Amino acid sequence: MKLASRKTATADVTRRQRSAHSSKEALYWIGPAALVILLIFGYSVVSVLISSFRYDGDWVGLENFEIVITDPIFLTALKHNGLLLLAVPVLIILAFILAVTLFETRRGMRFYRSAIFLPYILPIPVVAVVFGQIYQLNGALNIFLRSIGLEPLAQDWLGDPSIALGTMSSVIIWKEVGFGVILMLAHIISLPNETYEAARIDGAGFWRTHLSITRPAILNTIVFYGVIEAITMVSWVFNYVYVMSNGLGGPGNATMVSELYIYRAAFQNKAPELAAAAAVFLFVATLILMVAFFRIQRRSIAGTFNK
Amino acid sequence: MRKSRGVKRSRVEGFFRYSLLSFVAFTALVPAYIMFSGSFKSQGEFLNSPFGIPDSPSFAGYQSAWTDNFPNWLTNSFLIVTGAVVMTEILAALAAWGFARFPFKGRETLLGAMVSLMVVPPVVLLIPLFQFGVQLTLISTLRLVILIYVGLMLPFSIYMLTNFFKSIPESILESASIDGASSFRTFRSIVLPLSGAPLATLAVVNLLWAWNELLLALVFLQSNEKKTLMVGITGFQSRYSLDIPTVMAGMSIATLPLVIAYLFGQRFFIAGLTAGSTKGE
Repeated sequence: MKLASRKTATADVTRRQRSAHSSKEALYWIGPAALVILLIFGYSVVSVLISSFRYDGDWVGLENFEIVITDPIFLTALKHNGLLLLAVPVLIILAFILAVTLFETRRGMRFYRSAIFLPYILPIPVVAVVFGQIYQLNGALNIFLRSIGLEPLAQDWLGDPSIALGTMSSVIIWKEVGFGVILMLAHIISLPNETYEAARIDGAGFWRTHLSITRPAILNTIVFYGVIEAITMVSWVFNYVYVMSNGLGGPGNATMVSELYIYRAAFQNKAPELAAAAAVFLFVATLILMVAFFRIQRRSIAGTFNK
Repeated sequence: MRKSRGVKRSRVEGFFRYSLLSFVAFTALVPAYIMFSGSFKSQGEFLNSPFGIPDSPSFAGYQSAWTDNFPNWLTNSFLIVTGAVVMTEILAALAAWGFARFPFKGRETLLGAMVSLMVVPPVVLLIPLFQFGVQLTLISTLRLVILIYVGLMLPFSIYMLTNFFKSIPESILESASIDGASSFRTFRSIVLPLSGAPLATLAVVNLLWAWNELLLALVFLQSNEKKTLMVGITGFQSRYSLDIPTVMAGMSIATLPLVIAYLFGQRFFIAGLTAGSTKGE
């Protein structure tokens, strides 16, 4: 009895000591990584902010921002990022259809899954170069269309300014859809077996079942995928555009996007202060996405700690 | 009796399912086929019949691709990817353990803020980091690129490992602390051996990202012999515009390591890429 209570008391003391020490100890563990993150992100964001207000070392207020926001090319670039966002719902719907179809398939499921996922692991520069060849005026796609008698559909896919951006987004969709399929499929498979019990008894059809049961059940994952892809369209399309348009965003400015605009302002036109101002605009736009992302992640982080 | 997973299926439905899947799988695989088969063709054959099987397979494309700076680029890519992935693994594991085991005020907020850094467009970081690199004369050095990659990969890596470390049962760790093991020894001799699968998964995800990265490598590695494979082959297109098989051969070599990694470690790829989602298990 006595011994037992002494034991608890010691345990209590150690626990208290531990939590007092704990934030200091956490610092040792987290410190090195935090330092690198602070250097790469913290330093950069602060210094981009500062240089966006300066020109040749002098404070110029909002001048850089005015120049950038009245530059028709920058506005075009922003508009194109906005248009690329339209690919997000397409991606979500395609990925959902493919995920439930794969889920209902047993024979060959692994093969189809591997095939559909393959584009996601291929390097974007490689994908962009290969599609650049396929979409040539006399490239594989047009040869194929002509051979099946669809000659009128043959286009100068990347050379015609009115469709170049659409062509570009088809490549992005081709590459990104597999990611959504894998995410959604993993979630559907993890759903408890009873989920579909009622539907089976009711004899509900394929689409009714998946629209009214699967869709709400995996809504988290769908939203997560949507946010990730929205981020992709706003801030990670540089690779596609740079390679497919030879770094120009052409034809004309038909495939100019904000990342390429910033890159060109900084390294081709030697106007780092304008690039900085444009980067601040882009950063603010992604802040909105960041808040959405933060909310979703935080909910799940909080969930992990409360387990 | 076979356990049916979803709803009852009819024949017609099955037909539509397989048609859809076959069509999509075909679309997914065709570009890779065009690339790979094209690398063995002649220019004329590639242009006339992009879909055909090579008539008389030739390695000329591989020869001319390889004699470029290719071996250099390949080495650079290997060095950068290895360096960045290993460093990220170490720093992220330490930090994740800190987050998972030591409660402190504002822990969730700090982790959340770190994780949401994943969203910052790399192009925003480009200019200041470039000026930083110029001042320290680190442009065209692999060191700087490795450091930047580590910084960019850390947020996701820490998030993923923290989630895993939280799931290690308390009882295993308590027994170690009763034995009087220091927290570092507990980490090294108990936690790390348990974490093989998540560490491998993380390595695969980071490897994929670092191998494929273009923008930063393009800006920070300017001298030709310091380029990574992705930067090098991006220039191929304009240099060999009249010799597409060479371009395709270069692309094939650049893709091969990934495809091999994918075929052998598909499990890790899939586990890693689904690890970031918020699925409520």
